[in-house]
Amino acid sequence: MAAPQSAVDLSAALILTPPPLGEWLVVAPVVLMIGLGAFLLMIRKSVRLQGSIALAGLSLLVLLDAGLLWRVLDQGPVTMVMGRWLPPFGIAFTADLFGAAMALVSAIAALGAGIYALRDIDAAGRRYGFYPFLMLLMAGVSGSFLTGDIFNLYVWFEVLLISSFGLLVLGSEPRQIDGALKYAILNLIATTLFLIAVGYLYAIFGTLNMADIARKAATLPSGAPLVTLTGLFVLAFAMKAAVFPVNFWLPASYHTPRIVVSALFGGLLTKVGIYALLRVTIMLMPVQREQLSLVMAIAAALTLIVAALGALAQHDIRRLIGYLVIAGIGNMLAGVAIGTPAAVSGSILYALTSIITMTALYLVAAEAARIGGSWSLATMGGIWRRSFPFAITSFLLFLSAAGLPPLAGLWPKVSLLKAAIDIGAWWLAAAMLIQAFLVTIALGRVFLLAYWRPLAEAGMPAADEEPAGFFSDKTTALPVIGFAALTLIFGLYPEPLLQLSQRAALSLADPTAYIASVFGPSDLGRGGNP
Amino acid sequence: MNTLILRTVAPFVTALTLLFSVFVLLRGHNEPGGGFIGGLIAVSGLALYGIAFGVGAVRRALHFHPMAIAGAGLFLSTLSGTISLFAGVPFMTGLWIYPHLFGTEIPLSTVMSFDLGVYLVVLGAITSIALALEQEPGPEADERQSGPDGPQKRGDV
Amino acid sequence: METLFAVLIGLFFAAAIYLMLSKYTVRILLGVALLGNAVNLLLFTTGGLTREVPPIIPAGSDVLSTVAANPLPQALILTAIVISFSFFAFLLVLTYRAYQELGTDNTDKMRLAEPTDEPLPPMGY
Repeated sequence: MAAPQSAVDLSAALILTPPPLGEWLVVAPVVLMIGLGAFLLMIRKSVRLQGSIALAGLSLLVLLDAGLLWRVLDQGPVTMVMGRWLPPFGIAFTADLFGAAMALVSAIAALGAGIYALRDIDAAGRRYGFYPFLMLLMAGVSGSFLTGDIFNLYVWFEVLLISSFGLLVLGSEPRQIDGALKYAILNLIATTLFLIAVGYLYAIFGTLNMADIARKAATLPSGAPLVTLTGLFVLAFAMKAAVFPVNFWLPASYHTPRIVVSALFGGLLTKVGIYALLRVTIMLMPVQREQLSLVMAIAAALTLIVAALGALAQHDIRRLIGYLVIAGIGNMLAGVAIGTPAAVSGSILYALTSIITMTALYLVAAEAARIGGSWSLATMGGIWRRSFPFAITSFLLFLSAAGLPPLAGLWPKVSLLKAAIDIGAWWLAAAMLIQAFLVTIALGRVFLLAYWRPLAEAGMPAADEEPAGFFSDKTTALPVIGFAALTLIFGLYPEPLLQLSQRAALSLADPTAYIASVFGPSDLGRGGNP
Repeated sequence: MNTLILRTVAPFVTALTLLFSVFVLLRGHNEPGGGFIGGLIAVSGLALYGIAFGVGAVRRALHFHPMAIAGAGLFLSTLSGTISLFAGVPFMTGLWIYPHLFGTEIPLSTVMSFDLGVYLVVLGAITSIALALEQEPGPEADERQSGPDGPQKRGDV
Repeated sequence: METLFAVLIGLFFAAAIYLMLSKYTVRILLGVALLGNAVNLLLFTTGGLTREVPPIIPAGSDVLSTVAANPLPQALILTAIVISFSFFAFLLVLTYRAYQELGTDNTDKMRLAEPTDEPLPPMGY
């Protein structure tokens, strides 16, 4: 760390030209969410005001993320470095296509959940701080997707973890505390593993900036223990994403909080783990990923089968959906294990559609429990007769979750299957097909028992079977129908999403544009030491 | 724990600790100290007060809910980073002004207001945890807050 | 010096993992706290152990006058300490609440969220 002894040349360390306004789009989502979360924390007692401010903020977040995605599509990755320091000294925020797309889709999911929460979260829950925690959760999620610094990624993981604790114990029921304890300890261990890996990474690379790591990866001496390092990262992110041998915290906790919190977690949190896994294995350490691909493929296959069997064995529909979340993770991990651009694009597409589908499924489960009378498949029934429009909407979302045409869930499965068969991993393809088949049975049974079965058959008084109307409330109808419409539109017209995920996968595999956006186009060859 | 000696001494010790915490906070810019450690010192004073006089007394003395204080701190810190938008420099750049007050130059900066925000976040979040731990199980238990939620940024001192 | 630190870190990790394998939440918690310290020590060592002066630029100068210690690992540790401290505080409250609500600190007996006698879903109607 010898500093230059000569006269100070500020232009070597500082950014001296004002950044264009468009670059602020990279930090704007995070700043908006933290600031709003802090503000809502101050006015926690104003129950009515909170909801409208939070919804306005989330809508603005969707607009900002859409603007960011548009700019990235138009001009390539965007970077802003904190505090005028030139990279790799300053902490960089870099949005490429993958990060910006994930940020936009998760913002849409959060907006839907925020609308649903207007009625679902009562005054006590709001006073406790549902909306501030939601904002801080979104700050953590957006920060993870947009940061360009691996230690900063760790910090955002912790931000979203700590706000998820707050959301998880909302209501303070004993079973929530039981679930939260397991969730908290296991997730804390996972992020600590991540931190250990970051420590080793710093020891090997001498830098934490992801663009800097990517360009130095090729120039390292061959003795560097990079496979071990990659293994640590994979284990940490697999634990965050709930991959099979380390997934047990998810079925233990995801069904305990308020349903809208489950929806947010099921949609967003595991996908952040997958995002980080893709970012590290595909962009930073592609060579080492090759050596771990068999391990990841076996874990993916096991995750697929175990999760699908778990879904079959559940009678509580919330726990059933928890297993569907894990099954989806198995598909995405399979894409990471295969590692070809086609497979990575399948994983990205799966993550994007899964955010929407899983969030919607939890909301559907809540509405089904409200109309059908309970959470348990043993006693639910009569939804088809009571609310035909709701039954059709949920049917569409079930199709999407099972990966059947013509919904958006089909396309990522097709891409992943094709990628698996292309490299000759027939057993991985078979695991995916078996999982899809078992999930179809599980969801078909939900539809059979909860929707078609008359209440009288379920042992409940049939007098309850008067029509329940369109939806029980428009705060439920709006997000559920909106999500279902999104999956239907992108199922029938998948071309833009397919192209987006293919471009995102290519930019992950070849991060030249990413590096150029951080260090400037002329600096590509320079392997400077910080 | 609730002895006469503690109850007599606690107000003075708490006042001194709070004063010291502000000193550590302001000293933090060029020397060891800063918002995080200052906040922790302040919390230790409040925790002592809570041990001597009970959780209710601390809540009354704070006037605002601890989490609201943490929220205000987080808001202040975010605002300090955002001011650089209007100065045409990247996010979180330190900006300084040097007003003269009674003939003395007082350097003020967004760095300092950021640190003040950190101080308030730590004070609010850790106080609410400390109060939750000190609180006897009882009717007040519903008011209990768990969970600090200030995102800790790098260089948080 | 590095070897000594490596052994020390290994001991820390071993103790932390041993404690976390226990089924009593308080011991798990102590293990988590120890794990945080082990990681901090690890970060400190990965930055390179040197006996240099702190990297503080003297007044009236713009650059460091001598070779100084690497400040980045220290910043990382500082952040990690702040985070692990707040997590430990939160987990402490959560464990205490769990003990109050569930009446046990034995994780084997914490089956409220996942009852052991869950029935299977009906096969048809």
